[in-house]
Amino acid sequence: MNSILAMPVVFPLFTGIIMLFFWKHRQIQRIINFLGSTATLALAIYLTWYIKTSGIQCLYIGAWKAPFGIIFTADLLTMTMILVSGIIGFATSIYSLGTMDETREHFGYYPLLQIMIMGINGSFMTGDLFNMFVWFEVLLISSFSLVALGGERSQLEGAIKYVILNLLSSSLFVVGVGILYGITGGLNMADLARKIPMLPNQGIVNVMAMFFLISFGIKAAIFPLFFWLPASYHTPPAAVSAIFAGMLTKVGVYALFRVFTLIFVTNVAFTHTIIIIIAMLTMLSGVLGAASQMEFRRILSFHIISQIGYMILGLGLMTPLGIAGGVFYIFHHIIVKTNLFFVSGVVNELKGTYLLKKLGGVLKLYPLLGLLFLIPALSLGGVPPLSGFWAKYTVAVAAVEKGEYLALAVSLFVGLLTLFSMIKIWNEVFWKEQKAEFAAEQQALRQLPKFKIAMMFVPIILLAAITLFIGLNPEPFLDYANEAAQQLLNPSIYINAVLGGAQ
Amino acid sequence: MEFVLAIIVGILATSAFYLMLRRSLVKVILGMVFLGNAVNLTIFSVARVTKGYAAFIPENASTLEGVYADPLPQALILTAIVIGFGTQAFAIALFRKAFQKVGDDDLDKMNSTDIMCNEDIPGDK
Repeated sequence: MNSILAMPVVFPLFTGIIMLFFWKHRQIQRIINFLGSTATLALAIYLTWYIKTSGIQCLYIGAWKAPFGIIFTADLLTMTMILVSGIIGFATSIYSLGTMDETREHFGYYPLLQIMIMGINGSFMTGDLFNMFVWFEVLLISSFSLVALGGERSQLEGAIKYVILNLLSSSLFVVGVGILYGITGGLNMADLARKIPMLPNQGIVNVMAMFFLISFGIKAAIFPLFFWLPASYHTPPAAVSAIFAGMLTKVGVYALFRVFTLIFVTNVAFTHTIIIIIAMLTMLSGVLGAASQMEFRRILSFHIISQIGYMILGLGLMTPLGIAGGVFYIFHHIIVKTNLFFVSGVVNELKGTYLLKKLGGVLKLYPLLGLLFLIPALSLGGVPPLSGFWAKYTVAVAAVEKGEYLALAVSLFVGLLTLFSMIKIWNEVFWKEQKAEFAAEQQALRQLPKFKIAMMFVPIILLAAITLFIGLNPEPFLDYANEAAQQLLNPSIYINAVLGGAQ
Repeated sequence: MEFVLAIIVGILATSAFYLMLRRSLVKVILGMVFLGNAVNLTIFSVARVTKGYAAFIPENASTLEGVYADPLPQALILTAIVIGFGTQAFAIALFRKAFQKVGDDDLDKMNSTDIMCNEDIPGDK
């Protein structure tokens, strides 16, 4: 048995539970959280290597054979997500040590963080559609608590929109799962993939595909379902919004990749054309929304939306290069976006605000911080030789190969506007002189405790180094993404690995 | 039987969406409860409503015999009810806290993160 496949869920769960025994001991919780996330990262690296060398692996829970029991399945797409969730969980744990305030730590910030990571990993690993719903709820309920923890007015207002829309999306998801069960008699994803092409009534399959597109689309914040995201992501503390920005919408994107490469592939001309159109509109509306904002984290939040467009454009193209570009894009985007939120948090620590009009002059005081912002910012804009260039380039080439010239034009235009937004932040936060009337609230970096400074900068430097490394050495990552795309485009590999001789 | 269930699901879902589009937080939470019930009944009815026995294999037999009800949708609904209960409880607590902080349960008064996004929001520290 491949019991190790359950470990990405078990490690965060146990870390969270152990921390609950030390509810009143903040320092012990901090240490356990750090150790737990380090262990999860190490496990994710080992597991990625294991799956890369041994192919798709399954864990039949309770030894119930597929398609009857719940299974965990790991293919290369899953492992991409588990690896990057390990990296982001590790970086956020360190960053929280430096920036999280004492009150939130006293009220269970670290256990909630670990349980959320458990939910995220669970939804990546599971091979069963209803089980995926359950994991979604695990991660949602902890993210609800994290976004509201602290109880400031803006947090509560953001949390209300976040909660209502995500619960609505979960309801649609369950209805879709229920109807799929009604028409096929199965919930195992490989089993569904095998049964759906044989159904006599393909019309209802299209309806189900749209159900899932809307339900996962709300979670992934695609056009026109993204309005909860810019209303809530800029309200919690920087560490929380960083892990949200990196991981949570990408769970929705992962779910879209999974169902639209495995289950709903019988009518690609219909479903995937809709995905391409939505992708273009998502890119445009996100980037135009960002252009009108003057708040550090709101600009970044809108850019999450526009970047989601690139990922699902890769999915909509449904060619090997398109899917590979999408997978590469997810990996690059999570690292870069989390890093930008980390930088915004450091700026807030120093200047006491996220409002661009009150900020300024950071470059003169802290040139290193400016450089550390510039690496992920230019990568997001797609400037070579950083990781974003290769991601955008792959998706663009795939669009040309498919003949989707409109999508190509939109993606290049959006890349330009992304750069414009990043330059706006650069000008306003780092370059311009700060207005004297706003200078009173700031504090100098060297007045902060050394430990705090180290804990803030270590994760930023780590993620910037990963961005640079991918940018200067994209070959192995692109190879990996190509291999993942091959697996996704040949569902029979996945189906055979899960069902084995049961066919 | 499916016919009656379909009508009930329709009424529940309509009321749910009507309530969720209202501005009052209390009505929104009622809408969420209605929607949860509509969803559960949907799963119940699409998985075929049969008059039959519980899915127990009788003694001295190795397979099910006769007409029996599929137990899996019931397990799904049970899970969905429990999860829905938890999330609704959380939502009620959250809405109460927001009501205390904002001093109003009108959702139109809770858009400061959208319209005052370039200002400091009063009530934050």
